[in-house]
Amino acid sequence: MKNLKFIIIFLIIFSFNFSNAQDIDLQSKISKNLRCLICQGQSIHDSDSEFANSIKILVANKLNEGFSEKQIYDYLKGKYGEWISYDPEFNKNTYFLWLLPILMFLIGGAIIAKLFIIKKN
Amino acid sequence: MKFKILPIFFTIIFLIIFLIFYKGLQNPNIYTPKNNIQKNIPSFKVRIFDTTNEINSKEIFKDNQFYLMNIWASWCVPCRDEHTFLLDLNDQKNIKIIGLNYKDNNRSAKKFLKELGNPYNVILLDEDGTIAIEWGAYGVPESFLIYNKKIIKKIIGPLNENLLQEIKELIE
Amino acid sequence: MASLIGFYSLVFGFCSSLLIFLFSIKNFKNSNIFDKKIIYLTFLQFFFVLVSFLGLIFSFVNSDFSNETVFNHSHTTKPLFYKISGTWGNHEGSLLLWLLVLTLFIFLFLLKSKEQIKKYRILTLLFQQIIIIGFFIFVIKTSNPFNYIFPIPNEGLGLNPILQDPALAIHPPILYLGYVGSSIIFSSTLAATSLNYISKEWAKHIKQWILVSWIFLTLGILLGSIWAYYELGWGGFWFWDPVENVSLMPWLALTTLLHCILVLEKKFALTSWVIILSISTFTLSMGGTFLVRSGILNSVHTFANDPERGLFILIFLFCLIFLSLFVFFFFHKNQNKEFNSFFWLSKESSILINNWFMMYFLTVVMIGTTYPIFLEVISSEKISVGPPFYNKLIIPFLIPFLFAMAIGPKLKWLKSNFVNKFYLIIFLIISLLLSVIIIRSFDINFLINSILLTSAFYLFFVTLRDFFTKKIKNLAQNIAHFGFSLLVLSILFNNILSTEIITNLRIGETFETEKFKINFENIEQKDEQNFKSIIGKFNVENSDGHVEILKPELRIYNQPNIVTSEADIKTNFFSDRFMTMSLVQNQDYFNIRYQVKPLMIWIWISVLLICFGGLKSLIKKRYEI
Repeated sequence: MKNLKFIIIFLIIFSFNFSNAQDIDLQSKISKNLRCLICQGQSIHDSDSEFANSIKILVANKLNEGFSEKQIYDYLKGKYGEWISYDPEFNKNTYFLWLLPILMFLIGGAIIAKLFIIKKN
Repeated sequence: MKFKILPIFFTIIFLIIFLIFYKGLQNPNIYTPKNNIQKNIPSFKVRIFDTTNEINSKEIFKDNQFYLMNIWASWCVPCRDEHTFLLDLNDQKNIKIIGLNYKDNNRSAKKFLKELGNPYNVILLDEDGTIAIEWGAYGVPESFLIYNKKIIKKIIGPLNENLLQEIKELIE
Repeated sequence: MASLIGFYSLVFGFCSSLLIFLFSIKNFKNSNIFDKKIIYLTFLQFFFVLVSFLGLIFSFVNSDFSNETVFNHSHTTKPLFYKISGTWGNHEGSLLLWLLVLTLFIFLFLLKSKEQIKKYRILTLLFQQIIIIGFFIFVIKTSNPFNYIFPIPNEGLGLNPILQDPALAIHPPILYLGYVGSSIIFSSTLAATSLNYISKEWAKHIKQWILVSWIFLTLGILLGSIWAYYELGWGGFWFWDPVENVSLMPWLALTTLLHCILVLEKKFALTSWVIILSISTFTLSMGGTFLVRSGILNSVHTFANDPERGLFILIFLFCLIFLSLFVFFFFHKNQNKEFNSFFWLSKESSILINNWFMMYFLTVVMIGTTYPIFLEVISSEKISVGPPFYNKLIIPFLIPFLFAMAIGPKLKWLKSNFVNKFYLIIFLIISLLLSVIIIRSFDINFLINSILLTSAFYLFFVTLRDFFTKKIKNLAQNIAHFGFSLLVLSILFNNILSTEIITNLRIGETFETEKFKINFENIEQKDEQNFKSIIGKFNVENSDGHVEILKPELRIYNQPNIVTSEADIKTNFFSDRFMTMSLVQNQDYFNIRYQVKPLMIWIWISVLLICFGGLKSLIKKRYEI
């Protein structure tokens, strides 16, 4: 009887682990994109702190409730501010962030093109 | 005159960059999200400590008075230090202290309270830390001063004499 | 005693640096012959710094806690190797290392530049001395490694176990040889600019310094990544953390400079650009030092952050910048003789394309790293810029970059045509087919991934083929480019094929998936010199029956009170198996992470290949096209 109980519990744990394999990918992806706010430069995924572990559980819960990836980010940003997300949004604060490199690329291209055009003339 | 523009341009740019870095050094590097002040308290369901009962957040903070929500744990060393201030605060008439027991062990938590005293009107249970996240907390200890279902003040870290005075003044 | 000698030696070093400065000015104005005394003085300066550095090492080895730095960063129970490496593992000691490399390089430069013009040598010395004197003042005034404390404590504070690792021990010296070594490029470029000496001869002469600095910088960055991979316990090797970016930025500038100097060596062209890049490399090194030591950025760095020191570096850095701006705009005249016309299909233009893309990558890293600071100062908003940003902006541009790398070296100087290049097109088709097959079989639906894979394969095949041609034109360059293609390929495959499992297990439990079965056999407890260790034994069996035993470890240190997780990594040429174990608060199970990372070791090997390419170029006797 005792053996049977043990086996049943064992199988439940076993199957629980197995079914989570797919969700874990999305979970990992999300937690890699979140900053551990009490650590010095680690993501939630990489950190083992209490805060990080709680966030990981929260992400798992929200995913189970049917939240989409974006919704989870928005939810956490609502609680903790933009700082928690490693992917900066494209809003009025970050126009320069995203566009300046592209601008530099175009300027570089223009300079090089000028060098070739000079030759033609 | 044309070739003078470029050096002047770059000099100005670097001056601006210098000033920004200079100002950046002055800023303290502690991050406190501004959006917690005057924000509504989160709505959630939570278990009461040492029972299997659940309670809704609306019921906890329903009265028209001040509440202090304090996140604590028996394994948290600074929580011991702030406990005396909590007991002091509990003696005040117009404030109720609600505790949130964070990622703790039932026995150790009870021992903690037995040893140091229990200032809490109600103690809520946060086994995995997700309730604390609802509040936008980072860990323990943290406290929230609440009135009229809004967060008036957020305190990160343990209470001390100064903060206690501040709270006392606010709740007058 | 050692600290006392160290301190006075430091002061003598400072005095000699001032002496050198004065002597050099005198020699510059007066005679036409380089005063030999100056070289002796430079050696003396280096010698004093060396003695000072040794003094600090001895203080660490002897656990002399009357020295504040030793007290803060060492401990009697530290193993000897780490007592020594602890010398440069802290702020003050690492600055002494800066001085050591700065003074060593200028001495070596003077030795190896005997055929050069006297004025050029002296000016280089002068510019370098400005940097050296600045650092002497910085160290003595704000970061003295020889502060005396009383009463003398019995025991030290510094026993951070994360710092006790062989890769981390040699990472700073190697990195500094690159990082700080770029100072000599900076100084000599400013000197050459002031004398209008930027020419093909100068390029040939400076190339070896660029190569040396570049090789060490690449190696240093590699060591840092290897350390992060083995020690930080999360199986990643690059996280776009500010400290990593700060070492990458000078590397990008230096690599670009290296390519430009190759042009300048053959043709008198791109002179302004070479000057700008030389200045930028060292400026980025110093700027990086500022960013990570001043506390202005939040990162995984271990140095104590101090805004006062940050202020000094900031002012010093911008003085150097303004000095460089002045020298550049005042002295540099764009010669008419300069070769300004480039045919679109030539080696020069492919190097221009290289520059274009490299500068773009540099801008991305620079903006990504510093933007949060700007935003916070201007608007008090705080944002994080992490891997998603860098990946989105860099990966798409890698594609044309890789193609250019494959085709560029094939082009001739001045003008090229497509005769006899049929194989280039064949390889393109092969690469494309290969990538499509791979991407489809692994069911990843990103278009960009497959094009990126194509371009990486293309570079790979083109450079590989060149190894087998009879008259290989430039072996060093081919090795380096081949290494780079291997790097991109290994990282891509590693990303695509890596798997990770995170689960909670009790002793005796088994976790099973389609691919493998992990059994948590038992736990062993051991007592070591300065920590208690808990070693978990895990039996991992994969689908074809192959069994491997992994033993991740938890270490509980008592001084300071930290628990670290030591991963167990099994490596072979095909993959790394990476396992970590961590405690769960209040529970009797452990949290296990198991990763299978294919081709991991090839990432390290490819970077070593790149370094080797640089080394080959350095020891090459004759320059070949």
